[in-house]
Amino acid sequence: MPDDSILIALTLIAIIVSAVIDRRKTLMGLRRGGKMLLNLLPQFLMLLVIVSVLLTFVPREAIVSGLGKQSGGLGVIVAAGIGSVALVPGPIVYPLAGMLVENGMSWTVISVFITTLMMVGILTFPVEKAYLGLRLAALRNILFFFGALIIGVLVGSVL
Amino acid sequence: MIKLPHLAFGYLITLVFAVVLLGLHIGGFPVGYRLLEEFTAFSSRLLIFIPCLFVLIGLLDVWLPQQWIQKHVGEESGGRGVFFVVLLAMFQGGPLYGAFPVAHLLRKKGCSMRNVFMYLGAFSTLKIPMMFFEVSFLGLRFTLIRAMLALPVFIIIADLMSVYARRNGLQMKNPGESP
Repeated sequence: MPDDSILIALTLIAIIVSAVIDRRKTLMGLRRGGKMLLNLLPQFLMLLVIVSVLLTFVPREAIVSGLGKQSGGLGVIVAAGIGSVALVPGPIVYPLAGMLVENGMSWTVISVFITTLMMVGILTFPVEKAYLGLRLAALRNILFFFGALIIGVLVGSVL
Repeated sequence: MIKLPHLAFGYLITLVFAVVLLGLHIGGFPVGYRLLEEFTAFSSRLLIFIPCLFVLIGLLDVWLPQQWIQKHVGEESGGRGVFFVVLLAMFQGGPLYGAFPVAHLLRKKGCSMRNVFMYLGAFSTLKIPMMFFEVSFLGLRFTLIRAMLALPVFIIIADLMSVYARRNGLQMKNPGESP
């Protein structure tokens, strides 16, 4: 993926530049980063397991057909539900959304799906909770969910 | 008596997952291979993203001067603070869960709670790399309207969240402190 090579290049450049300026500080930074990663490892593992189980039993085709079947109010609710749970990276979701629009899906359903997908993360909640705490993480998801709904519906009605 | 080592829930789930996979393999159920396939597909993506992310955050942690953060995106930063965090978020990429460690680092260095949530809002809706994809597949009109509507919505949400956090004395957690 080109996305990954940019990230790897950026990381390597950051390490080199940092090391040229101050080697000790760089080592300290790498150690801190490693420690943070180790602390979060259980949450990331949990995310991995949950996602692979879900993707095995709820195949991607079912997500697309679930989005395509309903329209109107029910379609918006289904889109918001799938968008909140699903974990689809941008490079995959936009071609898919473009295809759905070409096949006549309503802009409202598409925009609600995309905004909830971007703003709400039910599956990634364990990771979020570790940083924000239970209450702030829950509140963020709830408020962002309604925010995403509002944005999505407004975009749909403008277009 | 044998003392059981403390095992985080995430490790426990992974262990159960591995045992189930092994059981399915021995039992000859093909669904085990689907599970393993999905697991390796997703983990191969995380295997690059997560280490890079934490290397960058570690370096940011040692280089980002606390005074600068406090002054420019801290409690007294006002509109300029919003501008800075939104700009920072726009030039990033990747999934939202990658933003939480950065948000935490910003808070630790003295960024205001309101600006932390502003950052998360901008990160989820205004990332430039993501919007490139959006423009090419859904059009410029859709992207611009969506982005323009998103900005006021997450500014309001950030205000609500910071007020709620202050009233209830809520702070962000430090995942580095608890095992």
